[in-house]
Amino acid sequence: MQFSEQWLRSLVNPPLDSEALGHLLTMAGLEVEESAPVAPPFSGVVVAQIVDAEKHPNADKLKLCKVDAGQGELLQIVCGAPNAAVGMKVPCAVVGAKLPGFEIKAAKLRGVESFGMLCSSRELGLSEDHGGLLELPSDAPIGTSVRDYLALDDTLFTIKLTPNRADCLSLVGVAREVAALTAQPLAVPDVVAVAPTIDDRRAIVLDAPAACPRYIGRILRGVDAKAPPPDWMKQRLQRCGVRSISALVDVTNYVMLELGQPLHAFDNARLSGAIHVRFPSEGEQVLLLNEQTVTPSADTLLIADEARALALAGIMGGEESGITLDTTDVFLESAFFAPDAIAGRARSYGFVSDASHRFERGVDFELASRAIERATQLILEICGGAAGPVVEAVSNEHLPARKAVRLRPARARRLLGIGLDDSAITKLLAGVHLDVRQDGENLLVVPPSFRFDIEIEEDLIEEIARLYGYDNIPALPPQGSLAMLDRSESGRNAWDVRHLLAGRDYQEVVNYAFVEEAWERDFCANETPIRLANPIASQMSVMRSSLIPGLAGNLVANRKRQQARVRVFEIGRCFERKADGEPVTGFHQPMRVAGLAGGPALPEQWGAPTRNIDFYDVKADVEALFPPRVLKFEPVSDPALHPGRAAAVLLDGRRIGVVGELHPVWVQRYDLGTAPVVFELEMDAVLQAQLPAYEEISRQPAVTRDLALVVEQALPVARVIEVLGESAPDIVKGVELFDVYHGKGIEPGKKSLAFRVLMQDTQRTLEDAEVDAAVTAIVQHAETVLGARLRG
Amino acid sequence: MDKLDQLVQQATAEFAAAADGVQLEQAKARFLGKTGVLTEQLKGLGKLAPEERRAAGAEINRAKDAIEAALEARRNALREAVLLAQLAAEALDVTLPGRGAAVGGLHPVSRTLERIEGLFRSIGFVVADGPEIETDWYNFTALNTPENHPARSMHDTFYLEGNDEVLLRTHTSPVQTRAMLAHAERHAGREHMPELRIIAPGRVYRVDSDATHSPMFHQVEGLWVGENVSFADLKGVIADFLRKFFETEDLQVRFRPSFFPFTEPSAEIDVAFMSGALKGRWLEIAGCGMVHPNVLRFGGIDPERYTGFAFGMGPDRLTMLRYGVNDLRLFFEGDLRFLSQFR
Repeated sequence: MQFSEQWLRSLVNPPLDSEALGHLLTMAGLEVEESAPVAPPFSGVVVAQIVDAEKHPNADKLKLCKVDAGQGELLQIVCGAPNAAVGMKVPCAVVGAKLPGFEIKAAKLRGVESFGMLCSSRELGLSEDHGGLLELPSDAPIGTSVRDYLALDDTLFTIKLTPNRADCLSLVGVAREVAALTAQPLAVPDVVAVAPTIDDRRAIVLDAPAACPRYIGRILRGVDAKAPPPDWMKQRLQRCGVRSISALVDVTNYVMLELGQPLHAFDNARLSGAIHVRFPSEGEQVLLLNEQTVTPSADTLLIADEARALALAGIMGGEESGITLDTTDVFLESAFFAPDAIAGRARSYGFVSDASHRFERGVDFELASRAIERATQLILEICGGAAGPVVEAVSNEHLPARKAVRLRPARARRLLGIGLDDSAITKLLAGVHLDVRQDGENLLVVPPSFRFDIEIEEDLIEEIARLYGYDNIPALPPQGSLAMLDRSESGRNAWDVRHLLAGRDYQEVVNYAFVEEAWERDFCANETPIRLANPIASQMSVMRSSLIPGLAGNLVANRKRQQARVRVFEIGRCFERKADGEPVTGFHQPMRVAGLAGGPALPEQWGAPTRNIDFYDVKADVEALFPPRVLKFEPVSDPALHPGRAAAVLLDGRRIGVVGELHPVWVQRYDLGTAPVVFELEMDAVLQAQLPAYEEISRQPAVTRDLALVVEQALPVARVIEVLGESAPDIVKGVELFDVYHGKGIEPGKKSLAFRVLMQDTQRTLEDAEVDAAVTAIVQHAETVLGARLRG
Repeated sequence: MDKLDQLVQQATAEFAAAADGVQLEQAKARFLGKTGVLTEQLKGLGKLAPEERRAAGAEINRAKDAIEAALEARRNALREAVLLAQLAAEALDVTLPGRGAAVGGLHPVSRTLERIEGLFRSIGFVVADGPEIETDWYNFTALNTPENHPARSMHDTFYLEGNDEVLLRTHTSPVQTRAMLAHAERHAGREHMPELRIIAPGRVYRVDSDATHSPMFHQVEGLWVGENVSFADLKGVIADFLRKFFETEDLQVRFRPSFFPFTEPSAEIDVAFMSGALKGRWLEIAGCGMVHPNVLRFGGIDPERYTGFAFGMGPDRLTMLRYGVNDLRLFFEGDLRFLSQFR
């Protein structure tokens, strides 16, 4: 809410400067988001009248004006404004005046002397309007300082009110708070009930008394809707960010800003019969003031007459029953609508209004009568006319109950960590118009009708903290039991994984969890992705089921930024449908880690040959995440990956992810350059760790034997190693592949695999015979099972 | 000059003249070899009278010692020279860059999150986690934010198509309820429930996008529930954290009244640095407060017996302040030129 400091000070005027006042509000929970002076500093600008204006002898577009600035003699001023005219009153910066950015001196303009400057709104820093001179009202007193005349020594405060403080959505509300916080008197404007001079009245029926327990109406006849609103009102409205429209509209807005009560003015001539406050019937429509036609939902409260629906109660008036400049008879509405009956409704039609904003948060339910009298008083003053009697329909049983809330001062002290005694607490609460009574050890507190945020003890404790001052509550080093936290060695945390991958030359990224639908279709063959109902953009419309497309996106973006070598990883959630998903039914939300490497295997350097990354480089990165646990890899078909260069990653028989080269089709479609290699793994598997267990180190010498086996080209090496292990006696401690060869010397379709067999016994030195026997056993088994041949 | 002295001098000179080991051995043979000058001298001793022989022998042996010493010195010098030459020949340009792979790095927000976890862990907070597709109940209702509550308009929520009951969590606060329910269940029936101290870092989502808002961003939730947890404790923990996080005492921390449906009293936490580019400006970095009794109840915890505080802070914002980053969107663009600055 934006308002003028001067208006506030007319209600309560604490001995604080603007900055201190702003700080006071902020620290009371009425956060001052912005405070800006109405006008920049300037001086020497007075109200002046153009007495004579003729063409400048040497310039077509300039005028030579004689100006009465109240200095006894007329000033000659050269002026270029198109609207400069004789008789007009304008701001005049006299010689010596200091304007934003420059100073006024006597000068010669095109050979003619000029003693001052007539100012536009922009030249005074009041607005961007540079269309011509700022025209002042004809009754503006000549010679008066424009700062004083326009009350420019004012500050605009914008406060950000939290939803619980609807009571501060008015000048009186803010002033009430300031008065309490500074112990200053509050000067609320006098509202005198206007005695009726006519007898016109309109009946009011509360058809939905729970939603609208109070409705007050009054007819005013013979008003001049064309009467100009007074300058002081226009100025206050403008400084609250409200545009002046007409006297009648301005008055309703003014009273709302002043007191906090939204009002509505109907054109009485367009109403027929009694006013009904009711819920809509099926298919009923209302054309609103904003020219939107709505079909209100069954729970949207309406104001209607006997013929039709007129307005959305507490939200917006209707176009057909609204006042115009031709209106002479007004029906004024001042009502209390229950917050629950208004909340969320305006938003459901795609807008909010000042009225709905207030009603859904809670408007003082005892304010309606005062507000209608205030508005009547102002309308009669400005527009003339005659007022009928006030008609009030009220359902007392439906008005908000103000129950006493029990406060245990001891609990307040415990929760806040302060030692405030009971009388101090009572004094703080009474200061903001809460009715406090002692009840044994406790206090019973009844909130006033304008507070909707005090229902339980904690509401009062908050109030105490706020009024006592958050700054005054100490910051204590907390005390707690010093039990050590778990630090399991059979699991590691995501930070370990991040550091491992960073150590292997991957850069972590954080990608959006919502992606383009095409990515899901292409990379994940997912035709039915989880869609957002309200995506921020079409390329962020579905939830990702894999981290890989996002990493491919990183590659594309970085290639565009001339980064040839991209190695990135992400740890994040993926999203899939799963009927029995945990913890949210219907969804599986696993945390995964994925990486992508594209471009040269090593950074370009003098000492190593350049080659592109390949499958085996990234496979090693995957394997490095698991020691001492050993992974298995087997060929896999995955829509994202090259069918011949992709593997499923298995840990203890469970498939925990994939590693592979991106499918050439996507490499081409998404312009990924040379094919990157990617991996994606389930985090829960990566985070398992194995507690090391000691195995005795043999003191006996180890024996190694190398052997080369020729096998079918298509036979996976993992299968060969598995078979070698099956027949190996206990003395065989390891079989390491050290060479793969095909080509000259090996028949086509075959490959030669060279293994180093390590043999050792913990207790004794091995004899040649048993070593030879072991090797023979291994080879024979491989020959039998795999059709392998020992290479000569 | 004595003849033997001359001989020593001569040998020393010839040794010095030897350019390498071969020449030195040849020179040695001339003096100490079987037919060497000194050997000849020794052989000549036999011709002398026995009483002279003794004295002359001693003289010759002294000369022999001197020559052998000169030989050894020269040998050492030559060895030294050979080694030096080898070392010189083997010298590398040590300024050439090292070979092999480079190193990657963590995302700047991860750096922040790791530090936050570490700092809170040091006072007994454990890390808790929750789903990102969350139910409306956990995200709002259990946090004392019923439907139509004006506070719901403070969040612009992403919903999923065809399912009103689930949404992308708008904050990490739902983890509070999940953690409390689990804690209460674990200790159900016991006389004394141990304190619950968690932090929950994670990604959250709101319909918002500009230089200071991202539709996905990070939050860290904190929660401490116990029998005597007070607002003063909350202030103490947060102030301590901020000074440790920014590694400075040169920092003002301000708690300002605010409103969240799930805490009461509630506060916004502002910091102001006393030096640097942001000197004197209040910067909003977190929201916090005492856990609302309804929220404790939803979490299965008796609000009469236990109290607690909770906070939710923005690690993205903390990262920006710590490293001087001026545009939030940089965190989510995957630009290696940006990310590699945080290694």
